[in-house]
Amino acid sequence: MNGAGRPRPQGGIDLWAWIFMRVSGVVLLVMVLVHLVIMHIINSIEVINYNFVAQRYATPFWRTYDLVMLWLAFIHGVNGVRVMIDDYVGSRGWRLLSLASLYVLGFIFLALGSLVILTFNPARPF
Amino acid sequence: MQVTLKIRRFNPEKDKEPWWGEYKFEAEPTDRLLDALNHVKWYVDGTLTYRRSCAHGVCGSDAMLINGQNGLACKLLLKNLGSKITVEPMRGFRVIKDLLVDMEAFFDKYRRMKPYFITHSPVPEKERLQSVEERQRFDDTTKCILCGACTTSCPSFWANPDYVGPAAIVNAHRFVFDSRDEGKDERLSVLALNEGVWRCRTIFNCVEACPRGINVTRAIGEIKKALLLRKI
Repeated sequence: MNGAGRPRPQGGIDLWAWIFMRVSGVVLLVMVLVHLVIMHIINSIEVINYNFVAQRYATPFWRTYDLVMLWLAFIHGVNGVRVMIDDYVGSRGWRLLSLASLYVLGFIFLALGSLVILTFNPARPF
Repeated sequence: MQVTLKIRRFNPEKDKEPWWGEYKFEAEPTDRLLDALNHVKWYVDGTLTYRRSCAHGVCGSDAMLINGQNGLACKLLLKNLGSKITVEPMRGFRVIKDLLVDMEAFFDKYRRMKPYFITHSPVPEKERLQSVEERQRFDDTTKCILCGACTTSCPSFWANPDYVGPAAIVNAHRFVFDSRDEGKDERLSVLALNEGVWRCRTIFNCVEACPRGINVTRAIGEIKKALLLRKI
């Protein structure tokens, strides 16, 4: 029970993960609220179409905004799930499997999202 | 007043499963829960087992789960608990018998925090002095009586018994923020490990559970901050 026989990794990652969760949480609070106000209050889903997105993405500002929001939100969420697995998945095998699938899936979705934001060409006709 | 005491009983030598013992008797509203437990043990069933020592909220022996919340049986009055009271052993510890739990691992974690003064500088001629403000810095965490109420109310501890738990961190805090102590680094290194403070998810159960009113989550937060400041 005292964990004496288990390898004890130094909590370097945990420290930075803790800071990241707090900083990204505060930043996301502002970014997501702005995003929601623009998308659902100032505009509405009836107005949002390909043209709307193309216009926004013609400027680098909204691309950067969305990219930062995507990365922060995604890593924030993945780290949250990592912490839950750390807490509740006891057996070594399941832990390894769940963490590996979390990281692989996380990487794929993050790469796909970034790909769309970075390579979207507003000049291309729909 | 008429009291119904429902106690979670378990004797590993006889019982396969824990069971509920129900005891009805007349008691004074100003009696403490400990008096009620004593009544059962002394006059109804002598096999009822629990820890108690000073019986005045100082030694920390009789922490248990009372009406679903951790507390000291000697500090709670029957009139504040209602006429139906459920008493269970603290969660997350191995039950030895009835309300008696194995606290060896708990004290082992406490010892890992090196809960004693560490000094490397030469011994001064007189005592090591400290200002009122310096003493105030860690005053809250000196109040801990090691009853285990905070640690056994912590969901992170239930999920992972290797987590050092709030009580150990509180006792590390007591020395880390003491101006006379010089073992800060050693203690912080233990707390930075995988089973250290980062397992705390700021759930605040420990603060509600502490019978001494220690702001446990705040103390843990201050340790986290100290770890961060050490890195940068």
